[in-house]
Amino acid sequence: MSQNAIDTQGTTLAAAYCLQLGDDALIYAQRLGEWISRAPQIEEDMALGNIGLDLLGQARVLLTRAGELDGTGRSEDDLAYLRNEREFHNVHLVEQERGDFGFEMARMLWFAAYQCELYAALISSIDDTIAGVAVKAVKEVDYHRDHASQWVLRLGDGTPASHVRMRESLERVAPYVAELFEDDAVSIAAAEAGLGTLPSSLWDSAFGHVGRVVAQATLTVPANSPWRSRGGRSGIHSRPMGYLLAEMQHIARSYPGATW
Amino acid sequence: MSTPAANTPAASPPAANGGSPDRSWPLWEVFVRGKRGLSHVHVGSLHAPDAEMALRNGRDLYTRRQEGVSLWVVKSTDITANSPDERDSFFDPAADKIYRHPSFYEVPKDVEYL
Repeated sequence: MSQNAIDTQGTTLAAAYCLQLGDDALIYAQRLGEWISRAPQIEEDMALGNIGLDLLGQARVLLTRAGELDGTGRSEDDLAYLRNEREFHNVHLVEQERGDFGFEMARMLWFAAYQCELYAALISSIDDTIAGVAVKAVKEVDYHRDHASQWVLRLGDGTPASHVRMRESLERVAPYVAELFEDDAVSIAAAEAGLGTLPSSLWDSAFGHVGRVVAQATLTVPANSPWRSRGGRSGIHSRPMGYLLAEMQHIARSYPGATW
Repeated sequence: MSTPAANTPAASPPAANGGSPDRSWPLWEVFVRGKRGLSHVHVGSLHAPDAEMALRNGRDLYTRRQEGVSLWVVKSTDITANSPDERDSFFDPAADKIYRHPSFYEVPKDVEYL
């Protein structure tokens, strides 16, 4: 293989890796945006909005980088607004419909616990952009994890009603957790190339954090469910994804080139 | 944003309809210190279920644009404020005590920043 071919392959790999990291952040940012004006208090509207914007900031850099590297010259907007469902590589966890507040805190606890370990590892990526995003994001997601932890503690160890609902939320989220920590072809290659890290290597620390919070909240981490989500990394998505994309993309697709 | 204490009871009393629990969060006053060496300054108020969450909400609401390096939150009910009715007796007597202002001293010429 010529040096040029290796470079080309490496660039494509980095693009694919940036895309899956960026898609997780983008799609969860879109979901969190739905909370504005619907959270229990205006203070929580702001908190969830801030967290969504942190994720959107990560997505913008990662998608821009993916567009530069994959040779298509697509911008962050092209990638966010003009790809079809099968071209998105996010996990199913982030595309699930907005549930109640307990569900959101359960989802955020897992996702932020994953991202904390992920970005801590990506600080040593050989790609400057990925390492740069990681350095900035590691502080952001630490706060996201803290926010979710605080609420899981209060809801789990709160009233009998909040305890039951928090337990049900953890159970609803559980089938989507394993996919986050699954090694897919792109992340395996990215880890070997020094670009990224193996999702499976993040499990122990992330599970450790979630387990501690859940135990302190007088709850238990649900046992493995018979069914679990798969396929997000290769573009296979669940029903809510189409509706999410329709809402996220319809302005850009209805009025091509529109600016605002 | 409401002013502390006097006219804003933090948590409204339990509802009269058979003692269902109060569903609103107490009010907290937020103080931000802009940088080292300055004092904490009152910037507004917010709702939160407890002190820890009040700090986090304060961070989200009042330090979004790097306004501070330190945050205090105080339950609004823990602040004792004078009543507006007492304003005359509290503050007006100071109006004609000009000897309380250090305006009778001559400032030495070589003192620049006084």
